[in-house]
Amino acid sequence: MKLKINGRDHEVDVVHDDTPLLWVLRDHLGLVGTKFGCGIAQCGACTVHVDGEPVFACSVPAAALAGRAITTIEGLAGADGTLHPLQQAWIDHDVAQCGYCQAGQIMRAAALLARNASPTEDEIDTAMAPSLCRCGTYQRIREAVQSAAGGQGNA
Amino acid sequence: MRNVSKLDRRTFLKLTGLAGGGLMLGVTVGCSPEEQAASPAAAGGEAFEPNAFVRIDADGIVIYAANPEIGQGVKTSLPMIVAEELDAAWADVTVVQSDIDAARYDHQVAGGSRSIPQNWLPLRQAGATARQMLVTAAALRWEVDPAEVETRDSHAIHTRTGRRLAYTELASAAAELPMPAPETVPLKDPAEFRLLGTRVTGTDNDDLVTGEPLFGIDKRLPDLLYATYVKCPARGGRVRGANVDEVKALPGVVDAFVIEGNGDPTELEHGVAIVARDTWSAFKARRTLTVDWDESDAAKDSSSAAAARARALADQDGATEIVHNGDVEAAFAGATRTLTAFYEYAFVSHAQLEPQNTTAWWQDGRMALWAPSQTPQRAEAAVAKVLGVEADAVTLHQMRAGGGFGRRLINDPVVEAAAIARRVGAPVKLTWSREDDMAHDFYRAGGFHALKGALDADGNLVGWQNHFISFSHDGDKPVSGGSIRGDIDPGPFVPNYRVTQTLLPWRTPCGPWRAPGSNVIAFAHQSFLHELSAAAGRDHLAFLLALMGEPRWLEEGNAFALHTGRAAGVIRRAAEEAGWGRDLPAGHALGLAFYFSHAGHVAEVAEVSVGSDKRVHVHRVTVAADVGPIVNLSGAENQVQGSVVDGLSTMLGQRITFENGRAQETNFHQYPLLRMPRAPRVDVHFVESDFPPTGLGEPALPPLAPAVGNAIFAATGERVRRLPLTDAGWS
Repeated sequence: MKLKINGRDHEVDVVHDDTPLLWVLRDHLGLVGTKFGCGIAQCGACTVHVDGEPVFACSVPAAALAGRAITTIEGLAGADGTLHPLQQAWIDHDVAQCGYCQAGQIMRAAALLARNASPTEDEIDTAMAPSLCRCGTYQRIREAVQSAAGGQGNA
Repeated sequence: MRNVSKLDRRTFLKLTGLAGGGLMLGVTVGCSPEEQAASPAAAGGEAFEPNAFVRIDADGIVIYAANPEIGQGVKTSLPMIVAEELDAAWADVTVVQSDIDAARYDHQVAGGSRSIPQNWLPLRQAGATARQMLVTAAALRWEVDPAEVETRDSHAIHTRTGRRLAYTELASAAAELPMPAPETVPLKDPAEFRLLGTRVTGTDNDDLVTGEPLFGIDKRLPDLLYATYVKCPARGGRVRGANVDEVKALPGVVDAFVIEGNGDPTELEHGVAIVARDTWSAFKARRTLTVDWDESDAAKDSSSAAAARARALADQDGATEIVHNGDVEAAFAGATRTLTAFYEYAFVSHAQLEPQNTTAWWQDGRMALWAPSQTPQRAEAAVAKVLGVEADAVTLHQMRAGGGFGRRLINDPVVEAAAIARRVGAPVKLTWSREDDMAHDFYRAGGFHALKGALDADGNLVGWQNHFISFSHDGDKPVSGGSIRGDIDPGPFVPNYRVTQTLLPWRTPCGPWRAPGSNVIAFAHQSFLHELSAAAGRDHLAFLLALMGEPRWLEEGNAFALHTGRAAGVIRRAAEEAGWGRDLPAGHALGLAFYFSHAGHVAEVAEVSVGSDKRVHVHRVTVAADVGPIVNLSGAENQVQGSVVDGLSTMLGQRITFENGRAQETNFHQYPLLRMPRAPRVDVHFVESDFPPTGLGEPALPPLAPAVGNAIFAATGERVRRLPLTDAGWS
């Protein structure tokens, strides 16, 4: 199958047509930033963008995404390596504890800010609800999203 | 202390060099600075590696992080302690995760909130020793008195002349100096700390936010195969037969075979391995796999039967007496008022977000492992034992762990991966599904407390009885997390105090879960204390402070014991910061609880309202904690906020129920973790005392459930005596 990931075209041979995007990314392309957490679209650790929208990579067959623009955490920073404001905010706010969910959190937040540059706290909470953080870093996620949103607004 | 004073290889060589004729000391210290600068060692930048934690050469400063990083922040906080005494600028430091090496590192463990207290002194000594040798090297170079040399931001500075030399320029000279005994090296006055107590962002954050490989599950090797391991849903079941030939023929499947376990669930359970070209092919092949399980020796546990049995025992004393202080019968006979209450809580799972995994490669009689483990040294030993190979034939590379919470203290997935890889003879990554994780946990045990309290005419607590009904695998010892000590709060504060225990039979494995024991006993004890203060018509803040009495250590000479003054300090501080007694919005109420665990004194106040649908809203939690000096303020606050969310998440709706030995909940749709809309604001206040620093991974969790339960009572008049809340009609 042919996939367009982070602006590059990839040709991937998988055994099963129903292989979820998650395992194509992780096992076949070595893009391991997208995480496996539950396999049933409950935890959000596998969140990527498909045409800019947040998607659970564990629950969408890669074969269904031919011709769509897939962005993973590895492709969120600028081509020159400049971090997305959310990535910088995550560092500045020291959001992570174990960090396992954070790539998915950042991808979900990036999709939110792309359509709503200055979300309210309630809008952040609602948009982020599909992504679990087992360590409980929600307060810092909220603060990081707010500060990245503010930073973007001022830019 | 042993970490540093123990001779590492380099020190040993140096000392034997000295013993053999003063080779190092005589030659190096005796030569002039010019000679030293011209020496090949200096030109080539010989590394200065005075101990197992510091390595400086011309290229930079490396500090080794020896302990497993599971989200508790030790890959940042422990190197900070070294950097502080070393006077290295944090920006100049590269943190490198150590290999597993019991000869160099005593405690490569993440557990018990012990990383900070165990390492505090040895790491300070490691940094200070390196610093002193760098100072000596600079003094020799400048031909001045070492007392005139100061250090700051990775430089030695000659105070009289302002000359500066970077540590990187001094490394090769320092490497030639004799090693001072670490315990003789002076340590900083804490008032002079520059780095400790500040906010430092995590060392792995750059990699985390860009998706770089860090975790065990991220490990990749050339020609890597992917495995799944299927075990009996009732623990202890054996494989009578399986259609492995049919599974082997499936697309993408490389091999499928039965593995004979060794009867120890902490090592290797019986099961069927499927090895495939990718994880999906392995998972998908499970749908075709049929196993005929022999469950004659498997768990038959039933949560509902256990609860019925426990409730029937509520009115009796337990057969085993844990403690009896004073005269409980007399106290209750003479009491003005007595109360009884039955508290219960469910089994829960760890649900660490990174599913269990290990990558293993058996080559030329050696086993290489890449695994997220809280006890990597023990993992190596377990693999060597089960494979029947020498200990030094097993090498585990520590990987960042996506959460631990106690689950990764046990290394069953590591042993499974090793057993599979040995058979396959190629690198294999074993990944558990979430369903595997929830069905094969070492669960936090559920339990039941039949409590009785006695108040005198003045509303003082004069008697307490607890019949703790827990579980046992062998009929003798309680399961992990199912024991109770006689001296826990409020034991030392009640003159007539009795705890008895009954152990119900239980086969399914139990294990340590964040703040073991405390995480549930705090709920029962600190909620019942509030029942008593309310019955006495007393303010709970005043009641708790009166209980603590005069400031004193409960165990004289043990700085890790409860100190009533520290307890009162955090109780007062939490109440003050939360505005205890203030006017609240309509329907809101405050609940207060204190608990001492893992050497940490923590008090929490929850502000709660309850909707007409019995929906519990926790608006804010105010925490005051005394764990001595804070190492990394950012990490410390994060641990406390996370503990509060974890405590709330667990009390709201998490439970694992067992029927016929099988966990009924299989994934997050049946085991709800708290999501962002319900996450309260958590305000954290540290009472920074001068006592030795203690850990913060656990002690902020236990007070949360009783604080919330007490607030619910204050808001509604209904007492929470059963967890999770959703099992008791709350939502």
